Amino acid sequence: MSPGRHERGLVRPYVVTDGRAYPSRNTFDLVTLVMAHPDRPLTGLSPEKRGVMDLCLGGALSVAEVAGYLELPVSVTKVLLGDLVDSGHISTRAPIPKAELPETQLLQEVLDGLRARL
Amino acid sequence: MDSALASDQGAVYLPQTVRTAAKLLVVGHFAVGKTTFVGSLSEIRPLRTEETMTQAGALIDDLAGIEEKTTTTVAMDFGRLTLSESLVLYLFGAPGQQRFTRMWKDMTHGALGALVLADTRRLEQSFPVMAVLEEQGLPYAVAVNHFEGAPRFAETEVREALDLLPETPLVTCDARDRISSTHALIALVQYLQARHTR
Repeated sequence: MSPGRHERGLVRPYVVTDGRAYPSRNTFDLVTLVMAHPDRPLTGLSPEKRGVMDLCLGGALSVAEVAGYLELPVSVTKVLLGDLVDSGHISTRAPIPKAELPETQLLQEVLDGLRARL
Repeated sequence: MDSALASDQGAVYLPQTVRTAAKLLVVGHFAVGKTTFVGSLSEIRPLRTEETMTQAGALIDDLAGIEEKTTTTVAMDFGRLTLSESLVLYLFGAPGQQRFTRMWKDMTHGALGALVLADTRRLEQSFPVMAVLEEQGLPYAVAVNHFEGAPRFAETEVREALDLLPETPLVTCDARDRISSTHALIALVQYLQARHTR
């Protein structure tokens, strides 16, 4: 392997997730919005989960953004976030709550928003 | 894995009022301008995520029974547009030629639709991209990203060359230009809306 191709550090992704490839819950989409709870103790969290919390305590982000900023594969990010939801550190807002917002209305809002940018 | 310092990541957070996230895909072959397109529209520095995909047994025929695994890194660039105080739109740029089922399931899940970027010098390279979208059942519009020096064809010629359905929108854009790229997205969303009211 040529040096410098992946300057990702020496820890393999699945070490970070204790060998798991899938999250404890299957509720994450790339655009699921996640928020950290500021009142939860951070002691005992792994460095990677600490990293997720440090990032997310600043405000709401999508799962994809968390992965992008932390330079972790999406699959690994989902495992970490799943654990943090289980432990009450993170809560999610599901993408497009379907019952609340029909797709036609969502499309209209997207269209209005795009036109406003012209 | 320098995951400790959030301040170093320069994260731009969403307004607290955002309730809904919508997702559109920007797909196309290598070097068609996906990253440029996403970058023109995004309010944040476009981010990249990578997944390593493993395909087992892809070369078995050639290697006469030798167990072979191929791994490929699939990168997605994505950007964000806050469209109103309650709505954010994410644009995901992804290579279309690779058929990694898991990645496509992830990408298309919850996506409203896709914009296929095409280049008139290499129209045939858009076929596998459109085939994947059709397989996944994701509606799409096509935007020809006009490169300087690339031949310009009449719309009917491009439609014919791409074998588009009559209702599939075909527009021209300049992926470097925010306004032009916004118009291409609007054409896609208008089409998605029309499909619902038909």
